[in-house]
Amino acid sequence: MPHAPVAKHEPSPWAIEFRGVGRTLPSEDGPKSILTGVSGRLARGRVLTLIGPSGAGKSTLLSLCNLLQTPDMGEVFIWGREVRTWLLAELRRRVGLVMQQPVMLPGTVADNLAVPSRLHGRPQPDGYRLLQQVGLDPSLLQRPAAELSGGQKQRVALARILSNEPDILLVDEGTSGLDRESAEIMERHVRRLVASRSLTVVWVTHDLEQARRMGDETWLMDKGRVVEQGITEAFFEAPQTEIAKRFLRAGLRADRRTLAPGEEDES
Amino acid sequence: MSLWTLSLTLAFVVAAMLVSLWQRLGLEKDMLVATVRATVQLLLIGYILKFVFHVGNLALTAAMVAVMTCVAADNAGRRGRGLAGRFWRPFVAIAATEVLTQGFLLAGHVIPVRPSYIIPISGMIVGNSMVACGLFLNRLRDETQARSAEVWTLLALGANPKQASRAVVKAATKASMIPTIDSAKTMGLVQLPGMMTGQIIAGADPIQAVRYQLLIVFAIMASAAITSIVLGLLTYPRLFNRFWQLLV
Ligand SMILES: Nc1ncnc2c1ncn2[C@@H]1O[C@H](COP(=O)(O)OP(=O)(O)OP(=O)(O)O)[C@@H](O)[C@H]1O
Ligand SMILES: [Mg+2]
Repeated sequence: MPHAPVAKHEPSPWAIEFRGVGRTLPSEDGPKSILTGVSGRLARGRVLTLIGPSGAGKSTLLSLCNLLQTPDMGEVFIWGREVRTWLLAELRRRVGLVMQQPVMLPGTVADNLAVPSRLHGRPQPDGYRLLQQVGLDPSLLQRPAAELSGGQKQRVALARILSNEPDILLVDEGTSGLDRESAEIMERHVRRLVASRSLTVVWVTHDLEQARRMGDETWLMDKGRVVEQGITEAFFEAPQTEIAKRFLRAGLRADRRTLAPGEEDES
Repeated sequence: MSLWTLSLTLAFVVAAMLVSLWQRLGLEKDMLVATVRATVQLLLIGYILKFVFHVGNLALTAAMVAVMTCVAADNAGRRGRGLAGRFWRPFVAIAATEVLTQGFLLAGHVIPVRPSYIIPISGMIVGNSMVACGLFLNRLRDETQARSAEVWTLLALGANPKQASRAVVKAATKASMIPTIDSAKTMGLVQLPGMMTGQIIAGADPIQAVRYQLLIVFAIMASAAITSIVLGLLTYPRLFNRFWQLLV
């Protein structure tokens, strides 16, 4: 796949860097802080798994990376440039976000896959291959996208983002609607892109085993703060903070139950 | 019709006020105000039109059309719920509609260059354009809210405001033209349009009256289209902030 190596244009080795980032939203009882003092960085070609309880601010943090939301405090750098100084079309093409609730655009699956190239005036992608790569049957191409199942939509949404050829990929609960086997096909494909073209990935998940399988680094978020950051193996083997220890213990208990009640169904 | 015979029709108003009193609707005062205002405004405009037609001055005619356009734009701006800003966006849309439509009628010698033609026909074009503005702005907001997930998805893929709002602007344009098209379809079957009725009562040949009415129907269809397209171009950027985030 033709893909310009990004390293030579980019002065910074850091794909993403947060510096003291905060986000505040108005609510009935005064302004409510949903992100506070988030700092941290991620190098090119690395996979960051982002975990934490529901409402911790994971989705919000992702949406700051492609400026779908603006930080109220601090700065977010992508390839060393603050997001607010980027050309927006360029930023959002290169920082691909698969949202927590995948939204299909009107038309067929093939139409959906063609949208990014139409927006950016690039040649049409090979829909057949894009679907195959995320583990979907290419015969779905001519189906109306609205008729797909939730898990199929998630995979089409990933394929649609990949047709933009991003160099940073943000996936928000991308496999929550998938069986184990389909989830692993998706994981393997993303891992392949990381290996073959140094894709940088932020992967949000509630599945701790997956966070461990996928990640090079892991951040734990709680109540709008990043409470622990570390190399994935070290994080799961020897968590440093009390919060992380408790979170992992609770998570493991949930995993051991054969079928945990679907309490983490997203809003 | 003499003023004396006209004043007999006040009996209708009196009857309505009696109903209001009897049923304790509390509308008598409003009715009185409405009656007085309608009478004064229409009599006044009648004398003004008589004067303008008599003078036959084109500059004066243009000034009247300009006043109409401003009043219509102000009214449409009030109904825009903030999307169109206060005044100038509806003004540009209505003025463009009037200039293009009326300009075509005059340039093609469809109607003579006379105040007695230009002013009433402008009134209909401008009035219709004003209604189309209000409809368009309402629909644009509703449509954008209903389809915001789709718009956000396009933005996340790197769409600029124009690309991201294309579908909702199109839907709003379509919705704001439908009433005009529908009323054209039933024209003459359900309602006899006011202008035609007026001409026929005033003694015009119904066939002539129908021809003028058709002219109006066609001009109004074009007006609705021009208004929504111009207004769409002027307002879609206001759905977004400078970071291409959806605001509504
Ligand atoms: N548009 C909004 N208006 C008000 N509050 C919001 C909005 N979006 C998010 N929040 C609040 O911000 C906090 C963080 O939300 P966010 O979606 O980032 O959490 P999350 O970690 O992704 O949770 P989940 O795991 O359930 O997806 C939550 O408390 C949420 O209620
Ligand atoms: Mg979330």
